[in-house]
Amino acid sequence: MRLDPAIYRDLLLSLLPELVLTGWALVLLLFVAWRHRTVRDLRIAGWLTLLALLSTAIATWWLWWNRAGVQGVATMIAADDFRWVADWIFLGAAALTVLISFAYLEREQLLAPEYYVLLIFGTLGMMVMAAGADLMVIFLGLELMSVAVYVLAGFDRRRARSAEAALKYFLLGAFASGFLLYGIALVYGATGSTNLILIGGQAAMGKTSVMLLAGLALLIVGFAFKVAAVPFHMWAPDVYDGSPTPVTAFMATGVKAAAFAALFRILNQAFGQVAAWHDILWWLAAVTMIGGNLFALGQRSLKRMLAYSSIAHAGYLLVAVTAGGPAGTSAFLVYVIAYTLMSLGAFAVLTAKGRGGESDVKIDDLAGLASQRPWLAFALAVCILSLLGFPGTAGFIGKWYILIAATSAGKNTLAAILVITSVVSAGYYLPVIMAMYMKPQPVEHAHVDVTLDRWGRTAVAVVVVAMLLFGVWPNRLFDLAKSAATSVYPAATTAVTPP
Amino acid sequence: MYARWVLTALLAWPLLAGLVVLLLPARLAKYVALAASVVEFAISVPLWWTFAPAGGMQFVVDQPWIAAWGIHFSVGVDGISLFLVLLTTFLMPLSILGSWTYITKRETGFYALLLVLTTGMIGVFVSLDLFLFYVMWEVMLIPMYFIIGVWGGDNRLYAAIKFFIYTFLGSLLMLVAIIVLYLHAGQATGVYSFGYAHLLGQVKDLGPLAWWLFGAFFLAFAIKVPMFPLHTWLPDAHVEAPTAGSVILAGVLLKMGTYGFLRFALPFFPAVALNQNVQLVIVILSLIGIIYGGLVAMVQPDFKKLIAYSSVAHLGFVMLGIWALTLQSVQGALLIMINHGISTGALFFLAGMIYERRHTRLIEAYGGIARVVPLFAAVLTIVSLSSIALPGTNGFVGEFLVLLGSFRTYPIATALATTGVIVAAAYLLTALQRVIYNPLQNPENEKLSDLTPRELVVLIPLLVCILWVGIYPKPFLQRMEPAARALIEQMKPSAAPPAGQP
Repeated sequence: MRLDPAIYRDLLLSLLPELVLTGWALVLLLFVAWRHRTVRDLRIAGWLTLLALLSTAIATWWLWWNRAGVQGVATMIAADDFRWVADWIFLGAAALTVLISFAYLEREQLLAPEYYVLLIFGTLGMMVMAAGADLMVIFLGLELMSVAVYVLAGFDRRRARSAEAALKYFLLGAFASGFLLYGIALVYGATGSTNLILIGGQAAMGKTSVMLLAGLALLIVGFAFKVAAVPFHMWAPDVYDGSPTPVTAFMATGVKAAAFAALFRILNQAFGQVAAWHDILWWLAAVTMIGGNLFALGQRSLKRMLAYSSIAHAGYLLVAVTAGGPAGTSAFLVYVIAYTLMSLGAFAVLTAKGRGGESDVKIDDLAGLASQRPWLAFALAVCILSLLGFPGTAGFIGKWYILIAATSAGKNTLAAILVITSVVSAGYYLPVIMAMYMKPQPVEHAHVDVTLDRWGRTAVAVVVVAMLLFGVWPNRLFDLAKSAATSVYPAATTAVTPP
Repeated sequence: MYARWVLTALLAWPLLAGLVVLLLPARLAKYVALAASVVEFAISVPLWWTFAPAGGMQFVVDQPWIAAWGIHFSVGVDGISLFLVLLTTFLMPLSILGSWTYITKRETGFYALLLVLTTGMIGVFVSLDLFLFYVMWEVMLIPMYFIIGVWGGDNRLYAAIKFFIYTFLGSLLMLVAIIVLYLHAGQATGVYSFGYAHLLGQVKDLGPLAWWLFGAFFLAFAIKVPMFPLHTWLPDAHVEAPTAGSVILAGVLLKMGTYGFLRFALPFFPAVALNQNVQLVIVILSLIGIIYGGLVAMVQPDFKKLIAYSSVAHLGFVMLGIWALTLQSVQGALLIMINHGISTGALFFLAGMIYERRHTRLIEAYGGIARVVPLFAAVLTIVSLSSIALPGTNGFVGEFLVLLGSFRTYPIATALATTGVIVAAAYLLTALQRVIYNPLQNPENEKLSDLTPRELVVLIPLLVCILWVGIYPKPFLQRMEPAARALIEQMKPSAAPPAGQP
C-alpha cells in the first residue's frame, strides 16, 4: 500500500494509529471528568486504556500487514517497518505498565484516573517521535511525551521525593529540549530544511558546514539527556528513584526507547553521510557503559540500582547506534525489545516488595524471598539474568546481536568494553539473586505482604515467558527486526553485511 | 537408529527430568533424580560399543536453529569427547546418591539443578556449533553457582560469586573472539555460520588477529582448568561446595578447560599455540601448577582444600601433556582427565562422608580412625594411592604416558614435572597417615560409624574404574588414539608418527 502524503486521505491513513490513540485519549478524558472518585472508576479507566492500546496496536498491525509505505519522499510522517515495530514496543510497554499500575495505584491511594490519560498521551508522543520524518514532528512528539511524563513522575504528590523527581525531571528536561531546539534551528540554518531526507541530501553533497556540525552536536546532547547517557545522566537516578514505580518502569523502557528510535532515525537518515557523529557516539557509548556500570556497583537500594543499570543499558544501545547499518538497526530493535521486557519485569516485582516507597527497598531486604515467594523470586531472577545477558534469555540474544553488529562494523574495542562492563554488572546483579536465594530471611514471615495482584502477575508472567521464548527461539523476532532495519535504509546501502 | 537420537536424548532427558523434579514434593525428589540419572547413564553406555575409534566425528545431529545467524543445533562425539560424556553420565548418579543424606534443605531445587547441570556439561562436550558451545558453557555456570551458593559451607557466598565472576569474565571475552571468528569466516566465504568445521576451515589467514583471539580463548579455558595464577577461585569453590558440587566441579567442570584447549584453542590457532614463547609460557605455568599446587597442598589443614590444590597439580600434568603434542602425551592427558574425575571425585566423596559424621574437614581432628572405620580407611588408602599414581592404579598410566610423551618435546620440564609425583606422594601419604593411622586421641572419633551400604554403592564403581584403567587401559587408549593422532597431524603435519607405531 503506497501512501501519498499529498492526498488528504492517505495522510490520515498513515496517521491511523496516532489518530486512534488520540480519539481514545479524548474519550478517556471525558470519562474521567465524569467519573473520578472511586476505585471502580480507576479500574474502568485502566481497562479502557488497555482497550485503547490494543486497538492502536491493531491499527498499526493493519498498516504493517498491508505494507504501508510513503510514496516519494516522506514530508512529515514516515511509514516504514521501523515505525511499526517501535510503536509495538511503546504500546507493549504502556500496556504492561497499566497492568502493574492497577494494584499499585489503589495500594498507594493514588485514586486519580487521569494517570491513565497521561499514560496514553505519553505513548502518543512516543509514537509521533518514532514516526517523525521531520525534525519538527519529532520535537512535537518529544514534548508531548515529556510533558505527560513530567506529570506522571510527580503523580504521588503527597510524597516529597516524587515532587522532587518531577521538578528535577522538568527542569533538566526543559533544558535538554532547549538544546534540541537550538540544534534543530542550526541544522535548519545550515541546510534550509527540517526534513530528514532533505537534510540527508544536503549533507551528502558535501555541505558539512560548521553550523551543521554544531546543530548535530546540540541534537546529540539533547538526546543524550533524554536517554540518560553519561555524562548527561545526573537526573536519572533521582527521577527514577522518586517516581512511582510503574512510572519509573514506563520511563526506563518506553521513554528511553522512543528517544533512541528518534535518535536512530535522525542520525541514519539525516546524517548518514556525516562521519562526525560516529566518534562522538563511540565515546558516549564507552563512557556510558563504564560509568553506568561502575555507579550501579555502589548502590544498595534496588530501585536506584535498576536506575543506574538502565543507564548502563543505554550504553549498550548506544553501541548498536554507533555500529549503524542494517545490522546495527536490527540489533538495536532486538535489544530494545529485550530490555523493555526485562526492565519492566524487574520493576513489576519491585512494586510487589515496596510498601509506601520502593526507594527504601534495599537489595538485602530481599533476603530469603525465594523460600517465601518462589515464583516471584524466580521471575526476578530471570529478569536479572537477562539484564546480565545470560544465555537462554532475551537479554543474551540482544547483547549477542549488538556484539555482532559492533564487530562487523569494525568496532572491536567497543565490543570488548561491552563485555568487560557486562562482567562488572555481575557485581551488582548477582547480589540480588544471592539475597533472594542464598541468604536466610531476616525475620520469620518477612515477606508475607509481598504479593502482586492477578494483573501484576499476568504482566510478570508474560514478560518472563516472552524473555525465555526469545532467548531460545528468536527467529521471528529477527525477521521482524530485519525487515524494520532494511526499511530505514535505502536499498543501495544494504551491501553484503552479516545478518 | 541409536546414533541418530542418542546425543539429543542425552541433552534433553536431564533437562526434562530436572523440570519434573522441580514440581515434585521434596521427599520424592532424590528418588526421581537418581532414577533419571541412571536412565541417562544407561542411554550413554552403548556409546562405548557403538563408537568406531577411527570414525572421526560420530553420532552427529545437525538441525538449523537460528537461521538468521547461521546457527545450528549441531552435536557430535569423537575420541576426545566420548570419555568426557561417559564420565559425566557416570558421575551423576553417584553424585546424587552421594548427596542422599548430605542435602537436607530445599531438596527439589538441588536435584533439579544437578540434572540441568548435566545437560550443560554434556552440551559443552558435544557441541559442534560455537554458539551452542557458548550457550552450554554459560548454562552450566548458573546451576553450579546456585549449588555452591545455596547448599555450600559457611563462606559460600564469597566462593559462589568468585566462581561466577572468574568464569564469566573468561567466557565473555571468548564470546567476542567467537564472533570475530564468525565474521572473519563469513567475510572470507560469504557463508555466515558458527559451525565448527566451517570456522576451522577459515582460520589460516587470521594474521596478527590470531594472537588476540587465542588470548581470549586461552583466558576462558585457563581459568576453567585452572592454570596458575588463575586458580584462586578453585580452592574456595571446592571447599565451600557441597559434596556433589565438589565432585562435579573437580570431575567434570575442570575438564571443560582442557577440553576447550584440545577442541578449540589448539586447532584454531596452531601457529600461535606452537610459537616458541607461548609454549615456554604455558609449559612454565603448567610446571608451576604441578609443583606449586603440590607444595601448597602439603600445608593445608583442611582436607578438601588439600584435594583442591592437588587438582591444580593434576591439571598441570594435563596441560603439559597437551602442549607436548606427542601421541603418548596427548593420550596420557586425556587419560588423566578421566582419572582425575574418578580419583578426585572419590576423594571428595570420602571427604564428604567423613564430614557428615564429624562436621569438620580439618585433618588434625582425626587420627587413628583406621581401627574404628576399617572400610573407610581401606577405600581412602586405595583412592589416595591412585591419586599419587601408584603403578596398578589408573593414575599411574596417565601420568606415566604424559611424562613419557612429553620428555621428547620438553626434556627439562618433564624432569621437573616428575618431582610433582613425589610431592603428591608426600602430601597425600602424610594426610593419610594423619587421618587414619597415628594414635587415636580424640574420643569423638571412637564413635564414628563405618561406611553404610549406600556409601559403598557410591564408592565401589569408582574403585572398579581405578583398577580397570590401572590394569587394562587398552580399551580407553584404543578409542582415543585416532582422535589424538588427528589432532597432532592437524597441528604439526609432519610430526605425527604413522598409524600402528607408538
